[in-house]
This record gives sequence, structure tokens and C-alpha cells, in this order.
Amino acid sequence: MTQSEIEAIIERYGRKESSILSILQDIQTREKYLPREALEYVGEKLQIPLNKIYRIATFYRALSLMPRGRHEVCVCMGTACHVRGAQRVLDQLKLELGIAPGETTKDLNFTLETVNCLGVCAAGPVVAIDGQYFGKMNPTKVEGTLKQFRSDKKKEAADGKA
Amino acid sequence: MIPITIDGQPVEGKEGENILQVALDAGFDIPHLCYNENVKPYGACRLCLVEVVRRGRSRMTTACTYPVMEGIEVLTQSEKVLRARRMIMELILAMCPGDKLIQDMAKQMGVEQVRFKKDDNKDCILCGLCARVCDEVVGAHAISFAFRGDRREMVPPFLGEAMNCIACGACVVVCPVDVIRMKEEGDERTIIRWKRTLKMKQCKVCGNYFAPWFQLEKFKERAKLPKDFFDVCFTCRG
Repeated sequence: MTQSEIEAIIERYGRKESSILSILQDIQTREKYLPREALEYVGEKLQIPLNKIYRIATFYRALSLMPRGRHEVCVCMGTACHVRGAQRVLDQLKLELGIAPGETTKDLNFTLETVNCLGVCAAGPVVAIDGQYFGKMNPTKVEGTLKQFRSDKKKEAADGKA
Repeated sequence: MIPITIDGQPVEGKEGENILQVALDAGFDIPHLCYNENVKPYGACRLCLVEVVRRGRSRMTTACTYPVMEGIEVLTQSEKVLRARRMIMELILAMCPGDKLIQDMAKQMGVEQVRFKKDDNKDCILCGLCARVCDEVVGAHAISFAFRGDRREMVPPFLGEAMNCIACGACVVVCPVDVIRMKEEGDERTIIRWKRTLKMKQCKVCGNYFAPWFQLEKFKERAKLPKDFFDVCFTCRG
């Protein structure tokens, strides 16, 4: 993210202390995480000490300081999903991806997260990938579901080449 | 002057003061950990809990964040207060089991056993005093709380070295549980908890290392002092 891009975001919300959260959200949406350099730059421009920005950035779950994957896998761990075996789905996902919840795969393709309810309890156990919902999940379906997002990437790469 | 009563005794407070200040000045003993008169009250430790009766209604509140108001009646030793305070003390003791001051305070209040999970790796009671002093008094903004809930921690930004820290040691002095330590070795001063090591400047007269370079530069910049102002240490300047 270049400085002029950050500058445009700052301009949109005004050069005042109270704009900080909106600015961080916009950077998060663009980059999928908050690069340290961006935070330092914003702090300097808005005259907010870095310790305050770090406090905000670590407080909200919507903000991340680590690079995140292209696809976000959200496993619902709500009561209804839990009863129907969400834990087993999560275990399978952990095994498939080789990461724990909150982590990102080395190739930056997947980030695994758990959430407490996705609001579609009737379809549980639910897994949402990039906002697309997959209901009635079970460990055997995990591999197939992930596959389409894996091949997505390959297709994109192929498209890029062609 | 605002008249209030504390434990039945008439006391006078000034406009803008809080109950804890008035009570301490009048010689009442209210336990507290996160209060320091040089920074804004924060109400983090909850130990200064008192019962305030106003217009016939009683409520529990932290004395440090409650302003004195005419006609309020403060109870610092009621059964309700003592019971609640014991619980808070027990929780603090679980957070910081190794500290002598906390152990003594707990003993004094009659807290004998801790029913909560003790964490021996943690020593900070998260009162926030160090960061408040750093922000409000020193103005260095070197540290702050980070994360949330049971993962809350007092850390330098990005968990590394506190790059804004001037190694003044204010946080070391102010910490109620003494977990922030400072050491001086040769021409270096280190605030261990914030992983900050700074080179010290030598006095031109006595040759002692008296303060970190970085700190003196900051002072000069802020107070617009002449370049050679800190060539001589504070004692030699006489």
C-alpha cells in the first residue's frame, strides 16, 4: 500500500483523531491486514502516538496485524452447530490446512477462524468461506469444499498466464 | 467547600476532588492500587470501593472516580463494602500471587485462600498506572494496554522494544507491584520489561553517566534548551 493510497483514505475521513477507526477499517479492507508501516504513517499524520493505535488495532477482532489469506474460512462454533459436531468439522479443517484457528496458511491462501454464531443454526454445522455459506457440514465434506477454493487460485493463475 | 460525611464523621472536600482524595487527606484508610494523585483517576483496581448514600439511595462505587457532592454519605467499612473488597482482593491475588504487597494487603483484609486459577507466569495487575504516567506526566507514549479481555496486557507497541521510551524510570517508580525493573550497567540503562536499552551521557565535570542521550535530546527539543544545556549533570550544575 503506497503512502498516497493511505493519504487518500485519511483525506476521506478528515485529519482528526476520531477518524482513526474508520481509517484502520479501510486499510484492513484493502490490505486484509494492517501493515506496521501504514500504522506508523497514519499515526504521524493524525498526531496519534503509536501506543494508542496499537491498542485499538489489537482490541478489535475485525482488525488484524498479521497478513491474512485470500480466503477466510469461518467455522461456526455456536450451540446448535456445536451439538451437531462443529468441533469435528473444525478438527478436520485444522488437519487439512495444517493451521490452528486465527492462523493463516504459509501460501497465504486460507485463514481459519472460529465464530460464535453465523445465524443459520438450522443449517448447522455451518462453515462460511468468503461469506459463502456451506451448511450441513461434516468432516468428509471438508476436503471437497476446500478444493474449489484451492482450484480457484490455480484457475486465476492460469487465467493470468493466458 | 463541600461538606460530606465519611463513616459518620463530617469532612470537607473541595470542588473537583474525588472521594478517595478527601478520605485519604482526612486520615481514612481506603485500600487502593491504581490511584496516583499525579494522573487522572482510572478506577482500574476497584479496591477503593465504597458505599455512597445520596438522597437516601445507596450505591457501590470506586471512591477514586466519584466526585465529592454536597450531602453525600460515604461508608468505607460497611459489611457490604468489605465483602466486595475481599472478593476483588482475591481476584487480584490470583493475578499476581508472587507480590509481597499484594499478599500483605490480602492478609490484612482476611483473604486466606484463592479460589481462582492462579497464573504464575503473570505478575502485572493491569492497573494501567505505568502507561498513564507515561502518557500524562512524561508524555512519551511508550506503552499501552493491548489485546482484550483475559488476554489484556501492558506492552510496548508491536511487542518489541518501546521505541518512544526515554528510560526515565517513572513507570518503575509508580508500579504498585514492582514488576517493571530498571538496570544500569556501564554506559547503558535498560528498562527490562519494555526491552529498551539506551546509551547514557557522561557529565563533563564529574564523569558520571547521568541520563540517557535520547532522553536529554527529547527534553532539549521540547523545552527549547540550548545545545550544551545537558553537558553537565544535575548535581554538578549546583
